[in-house]
Amino acid sequence: MNFDFSEDQKFLRDEARKFLTAQCPSTAVRAVLDAEDITHDAKLWSQIGEMGWLGAAIPEEHGGLGLGMLELCVIAEELGRVLAPVPFSSTVYMLAETLKLAGSEGQKAALLPKLASGEVIGALALSEGPGEPDPASLSVRFEGGKLTGTKIPVTDGDIASHAVVLAAEGSGASLVLVDLNAGGVVRNPVKTLDPTRSHAELVFDGTPAERLGEAGAGAGLLGQLLDRVAVLLAFEQLGGASRCLEMATDYAKERYAFGRPIGGNQAIKHKLAEMYVKNEVARSNCFYGAWALSSDAPEMPEAAAAARLAASEAYWFAAKENIQTHGGMGFTWEVDAHLYYRRAKLLAVQAGAPKVWKEKLIRALETKNAA
Amino acid sequence: MDFNDTPEEAAFRTEARAFLEKHLEPKGAKPLRQRISGEAFMREAKAWQKIKAENGFAQITWPKEIGGRGGTPMQQVIWNQEESQFDAPTGPFAIGLGMCVPTVIAFGSDAHKKRYVRPALTGEEIWCQLFSEPAAGSDVAGVKTRAVRNGDDWVINGQKVWTTGAHFSDFGIVLCRTDPKQPKHKGLTMFIVNMKDPGVEARPIHQASGGREFNEVYFSDVRIPDSDRLGEVGAGWKVALVTLMNERLAVGGSPGPDWAEIMDYARKAGTLGDTAFREKLADWYVAAQGYKLTKFRSQTALSRGETPGPENSIGKIITANQLQDICNEAIEMQGHYGLMVDEDTMPADALFQRSFMWAPGLRIAGGTDEILKNIIAERVLGLPQDVRVDKSVPFDELKQG
Repeated sequence: MNFDFSEDQKFLRDEARKFLTAQCPSTAVRAVLDAEDITHDAKLWSQIGEMGWLGAAIPEEHGGLGLGMLELCVIAEELGRVLAPVPFSSTVYMLAETLKLAGSEGQKAALLPKLASGEVIGALALSEGPGEPDPASLSVRFEGGKLTGTKIPVTDGDIASHAVVLAAEGSGASLVLVDLNAGGVVRNPVKTLDPTRSHAELVFDGTPAERLGEAGAGAGLLGQLLDRVAVLLAFEQLGGASRCLEMATDYAKERYAFGRPIGGNQAIKHKLAEMYVKNEVARSNCFYGAWALSSDAPEMPEAAAAARLAASEAYWFAAKENIQTHGGMGFTWEVDAHLYYRRAKLLAVQAGAPKVWKEKLIRALETKNAA
Repeated sequence: MDFNDTPEEAAFRTEARAFLEKHLEPKGAKPLRQRISGEAFMREAKAWQKIKAENGFAQITWPKEIGGRGGTPMQQVIWNQEESQFDAPTGPFAIGLGMCVPTVIAFGSDAHKKRYVRPALTGEEIWCQLFSEPAAGSDVAGVKTRAVRNGDDWVINGQKVWTTGAHFSDFGIVLCRTDPKQPKHKGLTMFIVNMKDPGVEARPIHQASGGREFNEVYFSDVRIPDSDRLGEVGAGWKVALVTLMNERLAVGGSPGPDWAEIMDYARKAGTLGDTAFREKLADWYVAAQGYKLTKFRSQTALSRGETPGPENSIGKIITANQLQDICNEAIEMQGHYGLMVDEDTMPADALFQRSFMWAPGLRIAGGTDEILKNIIAERVLGLPQDVRVDKSVPFDELKQG
């Protein structure tokens, strides 16, 4: 039994934590939160590029470090802990993984090295309106190499250089790649619940684009992509949830009411114990997701769904009860608790909300059972 | 990251499996209802325990000098995994070998170890743990059973409750109050008691589930020689903590139907398409999988020769509550029909109905949900203890109710 990260991976985690504690304190997150014209922490982004994290799971032939998905999971958890206000998930989990999954050799050779060096910022454009986008009835269309229609919201859509877009093509759906800097795209910034990450509306009007993978293969490819994205996002969620438990526990020990620390009351103790239970359930499911992701296991569909569901639930519970444990202070702008509450919601809905993943999970179990 | 045995672990697993195949039938070979119970079961259980002891599989982590294998905790995990694949008559020895006898080994004299360890290991003698009382459950340091010094003996009077296996046990460890003038934790002493003493009476408790598996035990002028005291006079709480620490390692899973069983039932019943049900099923799967995988994390630490972290403490909080929810859902799915309990006609042999009535007990036994959450809060998260108004007050001045 070796169900844990290796010593090298733990060393990477410790180094990442040291680096991010120093370079991404909450003042850095708040700089993006408070200034309308700051979309992300550009300095942190370039440092992350220099550390090689963008290419951690990109093969060396394409300019990456060629480490592996487990290393990426380790980094993801640390980024989640500090609410890193950078387009890491859009670029690495979404664009890079799409290219690895569905890109032609030419597309990979053109983009992955630039992505690893930080020149390329990615985005994944799925949503068109309330509810989950249905590959069978998309309004954004890809015909004759041109993309038309509107995606909203797109995380990092205002700063991305390249977007992966789910679009109708013929009678099916395809994934297409758009160079957002090549013109023909209108980007309108949109405000969201989590202003520490930027979002935009992307309006395509005959915008040149190229397909990723086969025509009509979009729904299937997206499913595979989102399984990978789910595990990586789950690690960010796990990092955030762990941090919330630490914040709430620390505060419950320091805050006195009725002559003693509030953490001595069972209403608080049991709440935090429940938080711990949910976080451990999430951690174990995340580990399993990481194992499935790194070993291309046939259990990937249920492992990814369980990791995502456990982490979404843990982060939601930890973020809301962290505010509650902080009492009135927790509802102030100055205390960081609301930053986690905001991020928890972004991460829970951006690649399929829990409801969607529950259905995916049960379908995976049904398929497994029928086999 | 993988789930594979090390070469040493794989070799031990092969050895264990070969031994089990030689002696036992695989699980499921016999239908549930043909399984034996009562005295016949006890005979088989004792015979199996003897075979295990003679071949070094009884207490794998115990040193060889006292009849163990001198093996690793990971080997014990592997043995448990393999044994659970077979129709092994286990159970009656778990409390004795898991909790009582380790306490005897830790605090008893050489004469105690010589007298008691071997017969317990070979299944000849069974032990029970006599801690809980009607007025001392979660607050077990509040026991009132009195031990009064009389010459070279102690005289025991009082009542214990929820004693698993008292009616078939030969010996027990009993936590008694020896000095009511001391604050409650300080006036306690632990003894070895002969359960066949005429002053010991075990009466079955009629449980809410309808069964009578547990006992209350009455002590009437039971004389125990001072030489059968475990630990110092007044140090009983320290001794009890060692026993309870072993208990917390033992509890975790809750036997009964899980997500797979209710999914199977829903498929057969044609209700698997219900969206609300599917969402609940997903939640159960995620939590159950979370606990299963958490055990793998602990085993990884054992396999590396490290001490597992506190993560395993989440077990019973998850499993007992989930069992209750799953049974409730299955019964409601069956509607009015789901009220019926006949094992011959009800779906799944009325497993959901039977476990529905067991589940409340599982949320209490071996630490209530509330106590387990307190333990996580205090020992894992380091939060302050609850207000203890009784900590420095002489026991006989405490309010009782």
